[in-house]
Amino acid sequence: MRVNISVNGESMAADDVWEGESLLYVLRERLGLPGAKNACEQGECGSCTVYLDGTPVCACLVAAGQAEGREVITVEGLASGGELDEVQRSFVEAGAVQCGFCTPGLIVQAHSLIESTPGVPADAEIREALAGNLCRCTGYEKILDAVRLAAVRKHQP
Amino acid sequence: MTTVAAPSAGTALDRVDGPEKVTGRARYAYENVPADLAYAVVVQATVSRGEVRAVDADSVLQLPGMIATIWHENAPRLAPVEDAELTVLQSPRVAYRGQVVAVVVAETLESATEAARLLRVDYRPEPHDVELRPDHPGMYRPDHVNPNYATDSELGDPDTALAFASVVVDATYTTPAQHHNPIEPHATVALWDADGLTLYDATQSTSGVRATIAPLFALPPESVRVISPYVGGGFGGKGAPHAQVVLAALAAKQVGRPVKLAATRRQMFAVTGYRTPTVQRVRLGADEDGKLSAIVHEAFEQTATIKEFAEQTTVVTRMMYAAPHRRTSHRLVRLDVPVPTWMRAPGETPGMFALESAMDELAVACGIDPVELRVRNEPTIDPERGLPFSSRNLVACLRGGAERFGWAGRDPEPGVRRRGRQLIGTGVASSTYPVYRMPSQASARAEPGGGFTVRIAAADIGTGARTVLTQIAADALRVPPAQVRMEVGDSALPRASVAGGSSGTASWGTAVLRACEGLMDALHRRAGDVPPGGLEASADTAEELRSQRPLSRHAYGAQFAEVGVDLDTGEVRVLRLLGAFAAGRIINPKTARSQLIGGMTMGLSMALLEESVMDLEFGDYLNRDLAQYHVAACADVRDVDAFWIEEEDPDLNPMGSKGIGEIGIVGTAAAIANAVYHATGIRVRDLPIRLDRLIGGGI
Repeated sequence: MRVNISVNGESMAADDVWEGESLLYVLRERLGLPGAKNACEQGECGSCTVYLDGTPVCACLVAAGQAEGREVITVEGLASGGELDEVQRSFVEAGAVQCGFCTPGLIVQAHSLIESTPGVPADAEIREALAGNLCRCTGYEKILDAVRLAAVRKHQP
Repeated sequence: MTTVAAPSAGTALDRVDGPEKVTGRARYAYENVPADLAYAVVVQATVSRGEVRAVDADSVLQLPGMIATIWHENAPRLAPVEDAELTVLQSPRVAYRGQVVAVVVAETLESATEAARLLRVDYRPEPHDVELRPDHPGMYRPDHVNPNYATDSELGDPDTALAFASVVVDATYTTPAQHHNPIEPHATVALWDADGLTLYDATQSTSGVRATIAPLFALPPESVRVISPYVGGGFGGKGAPHAQVVLAALAAKQVGRPVKLAATRRQMFAVTGYRTPTVQRVRLGADEDGKLSAIVHEAFEQTATIKEFAEQTTVVTRMMYAAPHRRTSHRLVRLDVPVPTWMRAPGETPGMFALESAMDELAVACGIDPVELRVRNEPTIDPERGLPFSSRNLVACLRGGAERFGWAGRDPEPGVRRRGRQLIGTGVASSTYPVYRMPSQASARAEPGGGFTVRIAAADIGTGARTVLTQIAADALRVPPAQVRMEVGDSALPRASVAGGSSGTASWGTAVLRACEGLMDALHRRAGDVPPGGLEASADTAEELRSQRPLSRHAYGAQFAEVGVDLDTGEVRVLRLLGAFAAGRIINPKTARSQLIGGMTMGLSMALLEESVMDLEFGDYLNRDLAQYHVAACADVRDVDAFWIEEEDPDLNPMGSKGIGEIGIVGTAAAIANAVYHATGIRVRDLPIRLDRLIGGGI
């Protein structure tokens, strides 16, 4: 089947999509957007987190057909005009990135948390919001720093 | 060339590849898309021991999009090599459940996956043996333990010393099998052309994969190129190639097209290695003041029938504490199980759980503070090798950590501090890791248009190697880091050692520094003039390393934990974790802190969560995904911090650094288990510290 999706503001179509195919597979293998990572294929690690109509989802758990006619934003779509998004910049500066494989999913999830929280979220809120995004390298402490930094920058520019 | 920059080493330079990683631009192995690509999916054995009798290859070849089914009867022949983990699809023998018995190749991933699911394989099964028991009749003494340590050691008369000791601790500890679970699954894209074989691979050593894979295909090493600029974590699992690398190359050769092959998360539990489970008996003999007279540490471990990997679990006990009478040993049994391998601080991680738990038990038995007990048993020279230490600041870590943690005045009485529903306790354990350095090569080039390019086939698996090497090069070239372009992760670059043994910065840094020094000399001779073709110098550190004088070189640390244990459910929460480390000169505090905290968090995860459970009836690991093999999530971690003491050690390498990638995990689990004892009075000697072990222990 053909699936039409708006990805990062651009209308895209994928042909010969198999009925059981995931949104993640379409993004990575058909649309040339490997930013969202494939690490568990069953929604446990959060590495494939993307926005679907403004809600962060595990792209591995969304059937490609469910995304028909909807709007997807991936980590590739957060930076605009060569400028890193505040969350991306904060991850680099706080030292929240190590191997980088969980990073795209974490950035989308953190971006969503900051967008939906008035003010700087409390540590418990951050830990809860990011609990579905596994990181094996950093021990999470610097990721928390990055989220706080990005939230402060956003809300107290 | 006249610029003189402030030194970059010692400053918190942002990770130089950070922007690629946060934007999704960094390309990992699986994301390479050569033209005419085909997809391969493996078929795993469903018996734990026996032979493949037949593979019904023809029926799946009728499916749409199928290209080939490859199994031992039609696979290309590989040259015989010693490592039977790599000689895949060469014989009908099945050595463990989950071993790859066939590969299907198709036009799309879904076709290949479907065919792999449908492929019918008939076996002649044999009874299997997958249970690690210390009294297993197959226990044997390996010739050496990883990487090349003596299997056993003995000094004095430990049995007599134990018989006459005033205080004796005699306890058995166990650690379960653990799987690395880097977030990036192992993946390879293989491509054959007139020049030979190209592998885009997720690896900790491009030079190592080239050297290992070339002989299998009877190729000279220069005909194999391994490209791996970004690696999504390794932790030892990607230290040496596993079956999937060979399978990808073999499948690509068979079908005459580039082939992509990734292990799925579930497959990784059988085919990409794990940390062996251990059973360890520790006996400590001491006088009433806690001064050790005897240390005996015996380990029992498993390995596979097709390959020996002997985790060096008790080697750390040979240098940790002073005692005149001592013995360490390792015994292995070959079982019908997947092949174990290096996992973050192999040896030290399980070994220090046992030793540091036993030290805590000794402190309790003697009525001595556990920090003080360790200080009292500090050796002046390496107790078994008889060598001076290049530097040893364990006591400074214990004292400094205790002060920052607020250890003073701790009431040793277990099970008496209650906060709401929780029992509260604190614990401490020592930490250590050897200083390794391996020969490497590097080149440094002054570009005609300005700036420098420094090349080495090193791997940055998330450690920050690319960043730290940039800093080392910048300082040697006396320019700001922005003028240095660091190229790593390609076997076509000057040969480098594996990203393992926490040796990267020391090994590669020395090569990079020497190449840059050579370039500076060459530039100086030309009065700073860079010719139109650029100017290049290279270095090989083999000679320099041979002339290193014998010393006992190790990094040290002390870990402090505070836990709360729920009285009703037995749930353990680590409220605080503090690590104090002495690891030579820290080149980048930002990447270093992340490495140390990351290691400690993996230690927390090991203490409370990680356990691969062997299914004795079917003969493989039962929990094969992240829903059942738990790793610490953000919400499991509360307050983890690390600091380091200033340490000058001129006998390491030109940077004065010790490795920091592994020490963070060493001792953490013991510190937490000791804190759980302090909180509850229950001594958990078997990891992980599960609820049932506390509820069953009578919390």
